[in-house]
Amino acid sequence: MSFPLLTATAALPAIGAVATAAVPAARRTTAKWLALVFSLATLVLAGIALARFEPGGDRYQLTESHAWIKDFGVRYELGVDGIGVALMALTALLIPFVILAGWHDADPLETKSSRWRPTQGFFALILMVEAMVILSFEATDVFLFYILFEAMLIPMYFLIGGFGDRAHTGSDENAAAQRSYAAVKFLLYNLVGGLIMLAAVIGLYVVAGTFSLSEIAEARANGSLSMATGTERWLFLGFFFAFAVKAPLWPLHTWLPNAMGEATSPVAVLITAVVDKVGTFAMLRFCLQLFPEASKWATPVIIVLALISIVYGALLAVGQRDIKRLIAYASISHFGFIILGIFAMTSQGQSGATLYMVNHGISTAALMLVAGFLITRRGSRLIADYGGVQKVAPILAGTFLIGGLATLSLPGLAPFVSEFLVLVGAFSAYPAAGIIATTGIVLAALYVLVLYQRTMTGPVKAEVQGMADLKVRELAVVLPLIALLLFLGVYPKPLTEIVNPAVQHTMSDVQKKDPQPEVEAAK
Amino acid sequence: MSATAVHSLWTMAGGVTSAAPVEKFKAPVIEYTQLAPVLIVIGVAVVGVLVEAFVPRRARYYTQVFLTVVALAAAFAAVVGLAAGGYGTTKAHIAAMGAVAIDGPTLFLQGTILLTSLVAVFTFAERRLDPAAHGNHVDSFAAQAASVPGSDSEKAAVKAGFTTTEVFPLVLFSVAGMLVFPAANDLLTLFVALEVFSLPLYLLCAVARRKRLMSQEAAVKYFLLGAFSSAFLLFGIALLYGYAGSVSYAAIADVVDGAVTKIDPALADTMGNDALLLIGGAMILTGLLFKVGAVPFHMWTPDVYQGAPTPVTGFMAAATKVAAFGALLRLLYVVLPGLAWDWRPVMWAVAIVTMLGGAIVAITQTDIKRLLAYSSIAHAGFILAGVIATTPDGISSVLFYLGAYSFVTVGAFAVVTLVRDAGGEATHLSKWAGLGRRSPLVAAVFAVFLLAFAGIPLTSGFSGKFAVFKAAADGGAGGLVVVGVISSAIAAFFYIRVIVLMFFSEPKADGPTVAVPSPLTMTTIAVGVAVTLVLGLAPQYFLDLASQAGVFVR
Repeated sequence: MSFPLLTATAALPAIGAVATAAVPAARRTTAKWLALVFSLATLVLAGIALARFEPGGDRYQLTESHAWIKDFGVRYELGVDGIGVALMALTALLIPFVILAGWHDADPLETKSSRWRPTQGFFALILMVEAMVILSFEATDVFLFYILFEAMLIPMYFLIGGFGDRAHTGSDENAAAQRSYAAVKFLLYNLVGGLIMLAAVIGLYVVAGTFSLSEIAEARANGSLSMATGTERWLFLGFFFAFAVKAPLWPLHTWLPNAMGEATSPVAVLITAVVDKVGTFAMLRFCLQLFPEASKWATPVIIVLALISIVYGALLAVGQRDIKRLIAYASISHFGFIILGIFAMTSQGQSGATLYMVNHGISTAALMLVAGFLITRRGSRLIADYGGVQKVAPILAGTFLIGGLATLSLPGLAPFVSEFLVLVGAFSAYPAAGIIATTGIVLAALYVLVLYQRTMTGPVKAEVQGMADLKVRELAVVLPLIALLLFLGVYPKPLTEIVNPAVQHTMSDVQKKDPQPEVEAAK
Repeated sequence: MSATAVHSLWTMAGGVTSAAPVEKFKAPVIEYTQLAPVLIVIGVAVVGVLVEAFVPRRARYYTQVFLTVVALAAAFAAVVGLAAGGYGTTKAHIAAMGAVAIDGPTLFLQGTILLTSLVAVFTFAERRLDPAAHGNHVDSFAAQAASVPGSDSEKAAVKAGFTTTEVFPLVLFSVAGMLVFPAANDLLTLFVALEVFSLPLYLLCAVARRKRLMSQEAAVKYFLLGAFSSAFLLFGIALLYGYAGSVSYAAIADVVDGAVTKIDPALADTMGNDALLLIGGAMILTGLLFKVGAVPFHMWTPDVYQGAPTPVTGFMAAATKVAAFGALLRLLYVVLPGLAWDWRPVMWAVAIVTMLGGAIVAITQTDIKRLLAYSSIAHAGFILAGVIATTPDGISSVLFYLGAYSFVTVGAFAVVTLVRDAGGEATHLSKWAGLGRRSPLVAAVFAVFLLAFAGIPLTSGFSGKFAVFKAAADGGAGGLVVVGVISSAIAAFFYIRVIVLMFFSEPKADGPTVAVPSPLTMTTIAVGVAVTLVLGLAPQYFLDLASQAGVFVR
């Protein structure tokens, strides 16, 4: 038996979480370093997995399969395709930066009882989320995926509700109430989605008798499994609803601004850049693969919803007064692009969507973390409280600008490539959708540049005077992310090579071919 | 009624009398080894009563705890021995002249009842939580149940350091009844077992040390409504006897299936009358649904759960539910499968209102014990969804769910006994605010139980819920699954509200403290957590056990 690399990649952060949680109350710094070391070790393992992955090889690689709960037809089955391995690597990459950026976020304000250990808990929960997210990208058993999909809500919930942003307006109690509201809203939205998916998961078992993706694909291929059209559509809707809540897609998005606004910036990054990707990933992996006919049936509605997300998210981002909520609405707009790319059912669209997931993760992390540094310094999330920061803290302002430019998909930075691909893919299938989506880019320029202009330029506000520039720890967070954005912007080939074969598989699942250019078709 | 039929009521043809002389009367065959679990428990219960009479007061507590634990452990060993001997599968048969069925479901449920009772008895024996009164360690039970609350005789009893050690034999009697209840193979045994386990429970509810009036009120409510439901059950039994001419499950089932050959002349008018069957069946079901706490027969649950001493609540909530669902399963699967077309729609409706009713009303609760009571109602609805499946999977999933649920329940109520203020247990939810800050471990353990109740994956609650929903969907009750999922979502809201309260609210200055328990309660809680996680992570072995056990003998 070969070394279970995928299990190890997921187990390492889980072990790290337990170890971090067990650190005595007084040794806070030890806990932080322990968490960082474990996250870096996970990154190494994910890197090995990425290196061992052969783009032209089997669909699922590095597979593992063990019996688990026979009675439910559940196996512990892991395997990654190009999409899974890319997102797994993204997760492993972002977590060390999240930990580093949140270094002081969970320090106790005053020494309470010796048993209260918020710092240990904070970093342990982050590692726990990492373990579950990585495993969910690897799972090729629907039930295993479902369990992780639900279980990751619990540590996320405690991260949002237990460790709020200290830069709040109003009293402490008010902030605690808002935070708890955001955490409960997050949990209930996602739990309802998850439970509806549970009904569909049970339904799938009744129809197919197994949860294994490969067995279902095989049964479909040899004709022993055929779903009635109505059944397939209901099951599809059950799955899609859960993923659309998680992603989030308009009109199920309203939990995201609350959650991202109230959480600390590193946790906000964890939500939008890591956990939400499970939703869009699952649309590709499960909706399209298990229910190809129903996916095609639902495409028009989903594309409309995605377009609404794009435009509505961007419009609301323009109108925000709170920096973090602005970034949250921008993310909703971007998730609209990802879903548009997936359901355009063209290879450019789906490649673009996958790249978009990775690039959006990196660019949002960069923007949100720098915004977090800024907010910690001033103690306010309101845009109006800032002005002229670039004169006082030029490096901070510069990195903020780069993060913002990446968010608006400036050519030369990574998100441009993916957004371009998504638009090309959407345009070739549904020209009108492509045109409407383009307005999202225009609006993105508006909200990013206006944000920059209001906070960074102009006369230096009195409260901003004397603001310190980025420190070494903060630079260590931001610079690698920016370097990565530049690299993938200029040279996306390594990523596209890994992703493209997986996209071809998905396209053949739904039996879609790319629409040919009309000139050729006329010949 | 024909003349000969009437005549035969009081006479017999001459030949028959002379052919059966008195000396040929056969002694009933009783398979004592197979009834060993029940006999051990009853025997020790009787010894416990004698202990109360003859052992000096000082030594009673230790004697009773020792005897009870040994009895329950020995009975469990006997169940395991019977199961290992194949009595759950190949050797399953009807014992004790048709009164009791020894088969897979019987042994599985008896094992579950004995284990949960064993764990629950540890919380009965806990004496470190209440502050010592006049230098004596005290448990959760009244110093002297007979003394009027607030009277001088009560004060004298407290001062003298009396304790109600009678609770231990009472628990054993109750357990004995519960062991017979799911095994009962005729309606009279069913009724006797019901009374044997119910009467001690009514008493146990009344003997709380603190809030005695509330406890007595709960007992009276429980007793009155319980007596009412017993009457229903008994009336139903009478009607079914009139319908089938027998109280034996197999005989009734034959008549239901239309396979009856011989009509009892005395019942010539009523036998085979469907009206009797339907009304009688409905009345028996009413009696059983009362015991499981299904809507609309649930009214007693919140008051009794709240008023009873918390260890009793935990025991009652877990073990009664197991026993009652066992009896319900046997009745529906052995006696009335031929009537499935009639009872399924009714049970559908009951399951739906139970799931939704329990979950919705729980939202408004402000007392943790009442909240858990309504949650137990919602869970009864989930289990009913599995019962309705009427497939082998349905039986095994219900068995598994009962095992998983009972340990979570006992554990959760054990945690409730720990959170205290000056007035005893602090059960009002507002007092639980910020518990996670003060006692992270206790709050975390309680959170695990709540997540299991909510059915979050990786806990036993999820495995159980998945098993029953899968069985229900397989059995063609997809609509029930959807309702179940919706009520799970509603239920999740109030479980999570408690977690929010514990972890995200600031602790109150005059909040409760968490008492440090003795190893007894710690064992209870540890077993609860362990079972919750094991059944969540690796349930396969226990699912196998449940599916092997899922065949009724007829």
